[in-house]
Amino acid sequence: GTWCPLNMSQQAVNGVSHRGKVLTLDSMNPNVKRVEYAVRGPIVQRAVQIEKELKEGVKKPFTEVIKANIGDAHAMGQKPITFLRQVLALCSYPELLEDNMFPEDAKKRARRILESCGGHSIGAYSASQGIECIRQDVARYIERRDGGIPSSPDNIYLSTGASDAIVTMLKLLVCGEGRSRTGVMISIPQYPLYSAALADLGAVQISYYLDEDKCWSLDVAELRRALNAARQHCNPRVLCIINPGNPTGQVQSRQCIEDVIRFAKEEHLFLMADEVYQDNVYAEGCKFHSFKKVLFEMGPEYSSTVEMASFHSTSKCYMGECGFRGGYMEVINMDPEVKAQLTKLVSVRLCPPVPGQALLDLVVNPPQPDEPSYTTFMKERTAVLAALAEKARLTEETFNTVPGITCNPVQGAMYTFPRITLPQKAIDKAKEEGQVPDMYYCMRLLEEEGICLVPGSGFGQREGTFHFRMTILPPTEKLKVVLQKIREFHLRFTQEFS
Amino acid sequence: LGSTYTTLISVVSSKVTGVVRSLTSPPLSSSSPGRALSSLSATRRGLPQEKMSENGMVSRAKVLTIDTMNPTVKKVEYAVRGPIVQRAVELERELSEGMKKPFAEVIKANIGDAHAMGQQPITFFRQVLALCSYPELLNDSTFPEDAKSRAHRILQSCGGNSMGSYSASQGIDSVRQDVARYIERRDGGVPCDPDDIYLTTGASDGIVTMLKLLVCGEGAARTGVMISIPQYPLYSAALAELGAVQINYYLNEETCWSLDIGELQRALDEARQYCNPRALCIINPGNPTGQVQSRECIEDVIRFAAKERLFLMADEVYQDNVYAEGCQFHSFKKVLFEMGPEYSNTVELASFHSTSKCYMGECGFRGGYMEIINMDDEVKAQLTKLVSVRLCPPVPGQALMDLVVNPPQPGEPSYDNFIKERTATLSALAQKAKLTEQVLNTVQGISCNPVQGAMYSFPRITIPEKAIKEATDKGQQPDMFYCMKMLEETGICLVPGSGFGQKDGTYHFRMTILPPNDKLQILLNKVKEFHQRFTQQYS
Repeated sequence: GTWCPLNMSQQAVNGVSHRGKVLTLDSMNPNVKRVEYAVRGPIVQRAVQIEKELKEGVKKPFTEVIKANIGDAHAMGQKPITFLRQVLALCSYPELLEDNMFPEDAKKRARRILESCGGHSIGAYSASQGIECIRQDVARYIERRDGGIPSSPDNIYLSTGASDAIVTMLKLLVCGEGRSRTGVMISIPQYPLYSAALADLGAVQISYYLDEDKCWSLDVAELRRALNAARQHCNPRVLCIINPGNPTGQVQSRQCIEDVIRFAKEEHLFLMADEVYQDNVYAEGCKFHSFKKVLFEMGPEYSSTVEMASFHSTSKCYMGECGFRGGYMEVINMDPEVKAQLTKLVSVRLCPPVPGQALLDLVVNPPQPDEPSYTTFMKERTAVLAALAEKARLTEETFNTVPGITCNPVQGAMYTFPRITLPQKAIDKAKEEGQVPDMYYCMRLLEEEGICLVPGSGFGQREGTFHFRMTILPPTEKLKVVLQKIREFHLRFTQEFS
Repeated sequence: LGSTYTTLISVVSSKVTGVVRSLTSPPLSSSSPGRALSSLSATRRGLPQEKMSENGMVSRAKVLTIDTMNPTVKKVEYAVRGPIVQRAVELERELSEGMKKPFAEVIKANIGDAHAMGQQPITFFRQVLALCSYPELLNDSTFPEDAKSRAHRILQSCGGNSMGSYSASQGIDSVRQDVARYIERRDGGVPCDPDDIYLTTGASDGIVTMLKLLVCGEGAARTGVMISIPQYPLYSAALAELGAVQINYYLNEETCWSLDIGELQRALDEARQYCNPRALCIINPGNPTGQVQSRECIEDVIRFAAKERLFLMADEVYQDNVYAEGCQFHSFKKVLFEMGPEYSNTVELASFHSTSKCYMGECGFRGGYMEIINMDDEVKAQLTKLVSVRLCPPVPGQALMDLVVNPPQPGEPSYDNFIKERTATLSALAQKAKLTEQVLNTVQGISCNPVQGAMYSFPRITIPEKAIKEATDKGQQPDMFYCMKMLEETGICLVPGSGFGQKDGTYHFRMTILPPNDKLQILLNKVKEFHQRFTQQYS
């Protein structure tokens, strides 16, 4: 693998077969090698392979692969919201503005978006921070959501999905070497974007554990334990929270959010609040509280000091428009010099995709009660959210009837993360095959039932416990089948190894 | 009012930062920052919350300050959207607020943003995108059948038949197949495997991803990447952020910005003293310099890369933008394969393309792809894993990419109109390329190479000694000083050559040739008058 410069030229004379590649596993970026992203990991690759095999006529014990590994609503049959797509069609092909098949409010939105695009085309680059009038609409949306707490469009950065903004913020925060290297606190279980980004950036991951016995709630004592332990080997500077939780589906109480904010202030941590599931709250008694609102209600002692970034996206909630890669972040109390650096950094990538920006505008500025599209919009929106609530309940209920599976209520978001009991013999068998036990379990489920889940080990879990993540997105009838199949598989699996 | 307020805040906060910096910098730089911080918070923990608020915000440093942020991000510079563009945006706001200026509008010739300059989208593309966005339109008889069949095909390859679902991280299968067939046609039948195609979020995304894969080592073993000077500043920005070593090789302005192997060798040999050069980046047609590489030159570059064991990165986003007579676009891949298996089996290459340039100019959709050739299988698996973290490139951009590589065919209803629009755009660009070169070369103190391709002119300007001195006194680069003055006096926004790199003691600016013909004419005249005035003022 290693060549000295002299050898290189000489080696070239010998030609083809003697040459190693310039770029090999040994000579590539070591941080990239450490990146792991289970949601699209080996199990999904196998699922894609099986789909191909099915198409080629290979016989399987099932006729289709159901990909319940990812929160991809439209792929699961959820229909797009009519109004959103009408406006996007109008923006794509403005000749349609002359067509009277489109409602006036859709045309009005499209005109407004086009007017704020260079040359009135969504094909022009936008400002790197995002189209100004959309940032204004986002700010007004946040103000309405948070009961009037002011939001400045200057603090809004549109992004390529929430992932983009999360990685950008983490990138800003990482510095130092050795023991002064930036540490970032993330929940376990976590959404693996976080661990992947931290590996890529060479930052230190600090794991704090959610309490499965209390419906995956967050406990400040656990935060403190994790922080104190981490201070021995790195410089903890950031605390990431996902609320509603992914993969765990809990919705944080107002009290808990206050505690987290107090903790962040006390311990001098930058807060990152991943709130992409803010409209996905199903459980009775649960309500979404934005970190920003709680922060400001705690008074100026907090609201003028605690640094925070909050993230949102077009991919979840009732929209499920993942493919458009729309999103935004709001930064609060960010140092103006750092903000200038952030603006510069995002400018290198020119701008987030403009169709995604347009879509985000519609999400934050939907049809109003006096507009022609309002009734249909509300009907569609309510239907999606009600179906999700029903599926959240169904999933929890069904799993909890299976011996060896225990499942917390899916209070919000789009996933269930049930705990599974694996027989010792199965654990041994997995080890023999060099696999993590829950990966072995999920692979078997995929091969036998065609259901693609993500093993809990991809998200992190307390040692000795095993889980999987499953989306609740399949249509109700299909979901029932999926749940039934998992039930049967689990019983069979348990019997086989007992 | 708004801007005064902001200034005030930033003054206050920088004072605050200053004070606190002096308090906290010893623990931050000491060997045990953890202990220092935790003992601080331990004392705080003992205090009632109310006590802390007495001192309030002033006593606390921010968690994230300019001193404690990622140092590699600070080193990033991107002139194309730098201070001059920020000032241009300010001027636009001032104009809209009714402020008097010596001009009525700001003309942003800083960036290759075709639609913003009035270029109309290609009808066929937008019809298909509208159909994909709102499939109910498939029942509308006003859309041509070929647009409908393309939309149908794209939707069928989307999960749930919706552009709103995530695609495979590498990109939609059928789109990658179409890209591969397009490359095969372009390269006279040289085979292309869809597995080697990665769809991206604009070409920038593909370029940064490839560079990220390549960077490793520390100190003298740190990866070095060769880039042309002048360069497109995405490269220097990405290298700064990745902490890689930038190796400059200079294009030869006297021979129409051509690339010389002797210069590559010089740059490489010098760089081997302090880093490990592993990649060579080429932009063809050139940005900002507009040259189109000859076949011979590309062969030389490939031989050089093979001999010196360099990974080749070919930025070919302007592949349809070739105007000068006698010039032709040759893809690195085609040349590589025509050089025989000794090269085509060994030289590692990534080639980049985009929907943002050429005749499409669809920058806002962030569509693009890269093709990788001879990449190690294990590395490829790592690449696939890496791109999966960001889930997928925007699907509307992927759909658009599909149309670019699979446009209307003869016999299809949209063909004639498509060709008409495409030809009109490209021939207007060719004409503007010529016009720009001609007019600028009539100005004493400006000399301009032919714009053989791409979308920019990068003329050399003579700046009088006195102006250089005044700029230096102000702490500005002389060409930044020149461009700022031009912006304030004429409303024309260009990018100073220093943002791209240039030989010491020479000065340039980059200007797009994209404004509509009549506007470009006015713009060129204004540049001419400004230059004369400027030269006179400082002589």
